[in-house]
Amino acid sequence: MIHRPHVDWLTLAPSNALLAAAGIALLVAVLVPRRARRPLTAIVVAIGFVVAFVFAAVLYKHSPHAHEEIGAAMRRDRFGALAQMIIAGSGLLAIGITYGERSSDDHIGEYFAMFAAAGAGMAFFVTANNLMTLFLALEWFSIALYVLCAIDRELVGALEAGLKYLVVGSFGSAVLLFGSALVYGATGTIRFGGIASAVSSQGLQHDYLLVFGLAMILAGLGFKASAAPFHMWTPDVYQGAPTPVTGFMAAATKTVALVVMLRVLVTAFPQEEHLWSVTLAAIACASLAVGNFAALVQRNVKRMLAYSSISHAGFMLIPLSTGSVLGGKALLYYLIPYSAMNLGAFGVVAARERELGRVVTLDNLAGLGWERPFLGFSLAAFMFGFVGFPLLGGFVGKFYAFAAAYKHGWTWLVIVGVLATLVSLYYYLAVIRALFMRSSAELQLAPAGGAPPPERLLHVSVFACLAISVASFFAVQPLIDLANHAARSLPL
Amino acid sequence: MTTALIVLPLGAALAVWLLPFPRFWAGGFALLASLAEVGLWIETLVRFDFNGSGLQFSQRWSWFSDLNVSYHVGMFPFSLWLVGLTVVVLAATVAYAVWVGRERPRAYFGLMLFLTAAIVGVFTAQDLLLFYAFFEAMLIPLYVLVGVWGGAGRLGATVKFVIYTMAGSLLMLAAIVVYGLQQGTFDLVDIGPSSSDWIFLGFVVAFAIKGPLFPFHGWLPDAYRESSPEVAAVLSGVVSKAAAYGFVRIAIAKFPGPTHDLRAPILALAAVGLIYGSLLAFRAPDVRGVVAYSSLAQTGLITLGIFAVNDLGLSGAVLQMVNHGLVSAALFLLAGMIERRTSTGEFALLGGMARGRPALATVLMTTGIVALAVPFSSAFAGEFLILAGVFQQGWGWAVAGAVAIVLAAMYMLRLISAVLHQDVGLAVPTAALDLRPAELGVVVPLVGALLALSAWPAAISQRSFPANQPTATIQGVLLPSAAPTKGQTVTLIVSNAKPSPKP
Repeated sequence: MIHRPHVDWLTLAPSNALLAAAGIALLVAVLVPRRARRPLTAIVVAIGFVVAFVFAAVLYKHSPHAHEEIGAAMRRDRFGALAQMIIAGSGLLAIGITYGERSSDDHIGEYFAMFAAAGAGMAFFVTANNLMTLFLALEWFSIALYVLCAIDRELVGALEAGLKYLVVGSFGSAVLLFGSALVYGATGTIRFGGIASAVSSQGLQHDYLLVFGLAMILAGLGFKASAAPFHMWTPDVYQGAPTPVTGFMAAATKTVALVVMLRVLVTAFPQEEHLWSVTLAAIACASLAVGNFAALVQRNVKRMLAYSSISHAGFMLIPLSTGSVLGGKALLYYLIPYSAMNLGAFGVVAARERELGRVVTLDNLAGLGWERPFLGFSLAAFMFGFVGFPLLGGFVGKFYAFAAAYKHGWTWLVIVGVLATLVSLYYYLAVIRALFMRSSAELQLAPAGGAPPPERLLHVSVFACLAISVASFFAVQPLIDLANHAARSLPL
Repeated sequence: MTTALIVLPLGAALAVWLLPFPRFWAGGFALLASLAEVGLWIETLVRFDFNGSGLQFSQRWSWFSDLNVSYHVGMFPFSLWLVGLTVVVLAATVAYAVWVGRERPRAYFGLMLFLTAAIVGVFTAQDLLLFYAFFEAMLIPLYVLVGVWGGAGRLGATVKFVIYTMAGSLLMLAAIVVYGLQQGTFDLVDIGPSSSDWIFLGFVVAFAIKGPLFPFHGWLPDAYRESSPEVAAVLSGVVSKAAAYGFVRIAIAKFPGPTHDLRAPILALAAVGLIYGSLLAFRAPDVRGVVAYSSLAQTGLITLGIFAVNDLGLSGAVLQMVNHGLVSAALFLLAGMIERRTSTGEFALLGGMARGRPALATVLMTTGIVALAVPFSSAFAGEFLILAGVFQQGWGWAVAGAVAIVLAAMYMLRLISAVLHQDVGLAVPTAALDLRPAELGVVVPLVGALLALSAWPAAISQRSFPANQPTATIQGVLLPSAAPTKGQTVTLIVSNAKPSPKP
């Protein structure tokens, strides 16, 4: 007789909503005529993301105290719920950005369904409470993303991106799995809380098996967060994948990887904090260095944004490495404007791409700011936000990150972050220079087939990204309260 | 009231950007908004209580409470004068830009109004993080204004300008994080003094770059030459004062110990910058070069006054901030007017412009004479107070200052004679007109304000600190070397300033 645990359906609701949306989208794609496929499947998936967001919000409201649910395989708390809200919001905005993509309608149903499936996996991932569900969810959303990267076979580099992501990503997953096995071998349990109590009860703090396992789990999650030195796939994949998919990956994948990293570290390995906090600080410095210096020489905007996302992984690892409430709060707060700015920036790049029918480089952004004032202004605003200029949430995010590092006694990390920001200024301003300070007369190629009709949905999505980034600067208090309650549901 | 001063230009900026103004109306609307801002400031001035102590017109709302950061604005008397300088200079520059007719007017005037809001914010912010946010927000419009509407070498100039200033302000951010978290609040009124030299240096370097002070002035010549004249006027007239304001409001008020310890090197840098800037101004080949380097020199002089940290020096520094802001804004605008007529600012190609152009000659001469601090001018009163103040720190500093004043006479007279007198230059067409009424309308108010201050310098020098006790009452933080009777001395010297000979 198999013991069946009690199932708390609300915990699973965000994931299930998205899974249902994916399934319905696939069915719809088969049943409706070809012409109606794109709008209908997009609407279904968008509704899925909205419902997931609502469920996550309900979950947040009704989980003031953290519980282990479903045979302790999942954890129902505000931390996971807030991350799910970020994921669902990112997914919704990504759908808006991707809707007008000039891909064939052959696989459009699958394309949107994969977005929902990836979102479902991510929503599951952030509530995982043992090493098994952790790995399962990681593979779940990764496979969906591999497909998303490669689905547009017409796109130059998409197959390459998909394959690269598949190979390197699988390697990362394998490392994570091996690490999980080692940890299980050392402690005899896969439950995060169980690992922590086994370590303290059996005195395993200095057990080599456990420490190696922890290191490999960190490496596996580092792959997904594209933190240096696990970042090698990032530029190629970001460049090759369809731009809206890249935006979704940069926003949502990074969110879940970092959020889960914090959850695993503080719930399963609190006794090893002296090890992982220094390690993460080192990884943060490496990411800041690699991301910023490599971004300086990029001409391709997507590639430049890929390196920028590596450097931002470094920035967000700064608060994460402190393992404090302030750090968790800073991380969660930072993720909100960061995701919005990333999606918005990739949205504008996607719009330019469709207009030109070419790869977007700094050279052919020339004059965009004057030709398309809204898109140009938004992209410029996102760049200023990435640097951490005021009026966008990136400013407050960086401030909180530095505050967490200082409170932890790591003034040197503040200095590193400040220097990295200074370096990043150069390449972010290069975009603004291209947008406004060079005339489109310098642009050698004419827009392909005349100006495309304005894409309302993309404009609305980019505007929403801009609004979120700006609002997060002014309304810090409510967001930081959200992040505060979420961070406090972890044993920090 | 203070918030209104920030929100009015900000709202006007949004209106200019978003509403579909036709070409002409964008500029007109911006000008109206900046004049309304001046009106609002005058209203504030009338209602300001100069005898009252402490912060006035203050408003405070929590921004995020876990780290005690709030939106807190308010004005001290010296902030009031600097806000006044800002709104007047910005109104003049907007008017000039309307007259010149800048390309892409909606973007341009929106940025100018946004810049106004940011600078007023810097001068009124009473929270460290808010101060930093405004300080950074200033940079965005300046970057775009120089980079889009500047001269041929504008891209290089903007990169240099932004990297330099951001290097400083990011150090300041680190200093703010450390300082605020150590004290448990970021509120400038509540925050206590600190004795950390490192935090102090973080602030001082940021302000020294923004000022700029020698040797952090690498960005200055390019930025002042490549930007349009009205933006250069804002940069040297107003933005450099944000640095001096920072010295007064944060550096010396919150760090009495480090100020005392590091006073000698800072005074030395200021003195070197003063002499070096004056020499460079004397050797500069064009009008803007002279004004740019004289601005470096004047920032050094103001810093001398501030870091004298006594009543005379501080009062003189505030007076001189306003003087120099008006002078250099007027001179940059005049440089722009000359360049429009001759398409160059090179002295080698200019000359003889006084003949047949009485208005230009009169205005340029008057401004130049005030700038070189002849007795009876407001600049004389300011410089005299600063020298008297810094004399108490050591006679050597005062000697350096006095030498620089002689040099100022040399470079200003060189500028005046190279433009107005001598033989008619190659680039000066005989058809070049005198100043048009609109141009007079832009410059004459600035010069008029200077003349008014010359008649009554005590209007500012005795009303720049609560109860006219600079050293005793910045935030109740008592500073070293404050003798209680100095307030009396100020009165005497200012009222005797006119007949006394040039030092």
